[in-house]
Amino acid sequence: MKPKRIESINDFVIKFANVNGSGSASANELFARSILRMGVPVSPRNIFPSNIQGLPTWYEVRVTEKGWLGRRGGVDLMVAMNPQTWNQDIAEIEPGGYLFYDSTRPLPQSKFRDDINVIGMPLTDICNATYDDSRQRQLFKNIIYVGALAALLDMDAGAIAELIGEQYKGKEKLLKPNLNAMQMGRDYALAHLKCPIGLRVQRADAVGKKIFMEGNSAAALGAVYGGATVCAWYPITPSSSVAEAFERYCKRLRVDPETGKNKFAIVQAEDELASIGMVTGAGWNGARAFTATSGPGISLMTEFIGLAYFAEIPVTVIDVQRGGPSTGMPTRTQQADILSTAYASHGDTKHVLLFPEDPKECFEFTAQALDLADRLQTPVFVMTDLDIGMNTRLCDPLEWDDAKQYDRGKVMSAEELQAGKDFGRYLDLDGDGIPYRTYPGTHPTRGAYFTRGTTKDRYARYSEAGPDYVDNMQRLLKKFETAKTLVPKPLLSAALHPARFGVIYFGSTSPAMAEALDALAAQGIYVNALRVRAFPFQDEIADFVAAHSKVFVIEQNRDAQLKTLLVNEAHINPASLISVLHYDGTPITARFIVKEIAAVTAALNVRPLKKDKAA
Amino acid sequence: MTYLTKPKLHHPTLQKNKVGYTRRDYEGKISTLCAGCGHDSISASIIQACWELDIQPHRVAKLSGIGCSSKTPDYFLGNSHGFNSVHGRMPSVLTGANLANRELIYLGVSGDGDSASIGIGQFAHIMRRGVNLTYILENNGVYGLTKGQFSATADAGSKSKRGVVNRDAPVDTVSLALQLGATYVARSFSGDKKQLVPLIKGAIAHQGAAFIDIVSPCVAFNNHEGSTKSYDYVREHNDSVNRLDFWPTRDAISIDYQAGAVIDVAQHDGSVLRLRKIHPEYDPLDRVKALNYIAEHQAKGELVTGLLYVHPDAEDLHAHLNTVDTPFNQLNARELCPGAAALAKINAALR
Ligand SMILES: Cc1ncc(C[n+]2csc(CCOP(=O)(O)OP(=O)(O)O)c2C)c(N)n1
Ligand code: SF4
Ligand SMILES: [Mg+2]
Repeated sequence: MKPKRIESINDFVIKFANVNGSGSASANELFARSILRMGVPVSPRNIFPSNIQGLPTWYEVRVTEKGWLGRRGGVDLMVAMNPQTWNQDIAEIEPGGYLFYDSTRPLPQSKFRDDINVIGMPLTDICNATYDDSRQRQLFKNIIYVGALAALLDMDAGAIAELIGEQYKGKEKLLKPNLNAMQMGRDYALAHLKCPIGLRVQRADAVGKKIFMEGNSAAALGAVYGGATVCAWYPITPSSSVAEAFERYCKRLRVDPETGKNKFAIVQAEDELASIGMVTGAGWNGARAFTATSGPGISLMTEFIGLAYFAEIPVTVIDVQRGGPSTGMPTRTQQADILSTAYASHGDTKHVLLFPEDPKECFEFTAQALDLADRLQTPVFVMTDLDIGMNTRLCDPLEWDDAKQYDRGKVMSAEELQAGKDFGRYLDLDGDGIPYRTYPGTHPTRGAYFTRGTTKDRYARYSEAGPDYVDNMQRLLKKFETAKTLVPKPLLSAALHPARFGVIYFGSTSPAMAEALDALAAQGIYVNALRVRAFPFQDEIADFVAAHSKVFVIEQNRDAQLKTLLVNEAHINPASLISVLHYDGTPITARFIVKEIAAVTAALNVRPLKKDKAA
Repeated sequence: MTYLTKPKLHHPTLQKNKVGYTRRDYEGKISTLCAGCGHDSISASIIQACWELDIQPHRVAKLSGIGCSSKTPDYFLGNSHGFNSVHGRMPSVLTGANLANRELIYLGVSGDGDSASIGIGQFAHIMRRGVNLTYILENNGVYGLTKGQFSATADAGSKSKRGVVNRDAPVDTVSLALQLGATYVARSFSGDKKQLVPLIKGAIAHQGAAFIDIVSPCVAFNNHEGSTKSYDYVREHNDSVNRLDFWPTRDAISIDYQAGAVIDVAQHDGSVLRLRKIHPEYDPLDRVKALNYIAEHQAKGELVTGLLYVHPDAEDLHAHLNTVDTPFNQLNARELCPGAAALAKINAALR
């Protein structure tokens, strides 16, 4: 019996199973970008191990004319290039799906499934016949299969050629052979394989002005635009590329054209104890500074974070979240540092967190974090994750208003000090809990103070008196209230029909959530959705919960960390919240969210509304 | 604890320096350390050095870690900003501060627990990076503030107040600093102000990582018989290789010595370090020989003091990073933000 064939235009998932270090990454990205060039949105994801060479790595591309950028789950076409992971890769293909593989060495029938469509191409033979050099054989094999896929998926070969042309502009030596390899693959497929298969890419106009960018690059660019001059970091996946991108952008955008000197300093510190210390020192001295790290780095930084909170020093931390300790799982995505950052450090502390949903918000929130840190004189965390940070994601173009000035916060100048303005480092002059500070070296006789953690009065004089301590701690709470008015507001997506249920979500869950809301509505299940974008939580969030009989809280961690924070800090009754938790290291999918929500609503006996009728 | 401010009684005869300040203007709060603590003498030497150097007090930033030693920045230069940071982590905070404003003078004050135990990593790396600072290590061989535990600089065989003998090998911070690339390395004794004040002046004038290890007896926990960091022990075993006279410029030099008895080292800022030789063969410009000399004499139980090494043309971190002359903390959106037009180009390249 012939297997059925999945038929779909501009809506399918293709997954590449490769060996790490084989040069597949750039070929795979070329493939994804070619589809974008055809006006069809794609959402690619890297699934990679914690090593550089030899272990399996996957690249999953969701082709989605509707623009659903979350991970879908399931695979329609597997490009199986790694014998090591063959069995698991074959098992993952949807019934009626396709397998593309290197058929140079014959494989026994038992290695295949009879409910999928198998497409073999002797890639190794073709390469061996064409190239002498072993490295070339390996590299061009990747481009050859991209050419073959172009034929199989009925893609526009011109789009691929155009991209290859841009990539190797000025490097004629590389341009030609790459074009040839792509063409060779395409010609072979057209001549020997049945083209096209049931999956096809068709030109569309669904990409528009959107850009294709990694969240880490966007955060780095946000730091450039937001005026960061000092970056201190210690390498850790998935955050290293923030510092690396910052350096790249700075070399382009921050070198003084006249002197050739740098308006930035990047220090690769000896560890995270030092990177956060440097950021703290720079912030104390009035420069905008940031570090980028991930969970283990946050753990090491917590002592300093506490000091910066108590001593009221601007600090910006980009936390690209991943799984727990050690290596392996940690290079998969999670939203599991919510509590460890919100309450980082010893003593009574709480910190400002921002939750970007995509590269665009990584850019905006990083720039904003630098303003907030100066304004509030406190650590501010940009809570991104591996899914946003290390995958190229389609998003709206970045925007900047040239009229914008940096908010340097309350800094008393030499003139103000000279004029006799009352300076108390921890004195609340304006009633918003935020004191004034001075930069070191401002005035010969006024405004100097001795910075300590806790033991001080309003004028920064040494004091171990209880009332002074309490007074200061109360002011810090007031300052945290002020923070609520400054951080990004939650965004509501109202259902088309009045809804009993609500859903709260944040960060990288965003695209899966949008798709899930659409799918739920198609089933007649209407929910209002609130995307939380920052902590401390504004009153809108508690009001939203109060307005629904139950609210789902969608998170990518085991312990319902955001829910805990909501209960603790927004005084929400935990009985009104239902957790939907996804934490196996893969990005959350719309399918998962829909299944969980639909199961609960069914159990609570909610009759779906007829699609066209309001309740 | 009560808070003490020093009565400011300006004596009319108090001498003013070139920038118009008396020595009192370089003082800070009254010390709360134990009477006789070596650390207080070091504070006095810092005050003297800054006054003699005609530094405006508010142009100094003083940073420290945690410990009795790290409390001292509150007791000198009361018109300077100070930062009592995290135990062992002064170097990173100072590095960041230095990056933010290259125009201030940076004093880092630390203890032996702070620098040789919990903070040995940061101590090592600030030396490597060549941060322009004066790093003062107030070395008493114990943790004063936590009441007398051995520190990592305690010599093997030295005895604690309770009679316990330390068996672990000591960390020699001077040798470490030399190995790690510090460009001005000295050792002194808190009780020898004559030696110490010029060494501090030379360090402040030095444009790179300057390190001074100062043996500073803890009278409460480490000044007894059997300690190698007591006043008596240090006086007996002090092997000074040279005596430093600091001259702000070559023109200012007013004392002549017979040829061969001195070495003159001109530093980058124009100041001159005139070293009167005590050990004629000692060459403070040779790092490798300095390391050997220290090791040899240490093995004999001698404490080598003086200016042990100087690299007069040192480069600092700002030079390595090729940073602009304007302090970062004075740059604003106009200088730092590439603007909307540049962003439009970046967007276009991401399609
Ligand atoms: C993380 C941390 N651990 C422990 C301490 C406790 N502590 C405070 S001072 C100190 C030792 C200080 O010794 P040293 O640097 O030699 O300074 P001294 O008091 O001898 O001048 C310790 C262990 C601390 N403050 N922070
Ligand atoms: S305990 Fe020791 S180090 Fe601390 S103040 Fe007293 S004498 Fe000085
Ligand atoms: Mg000590």
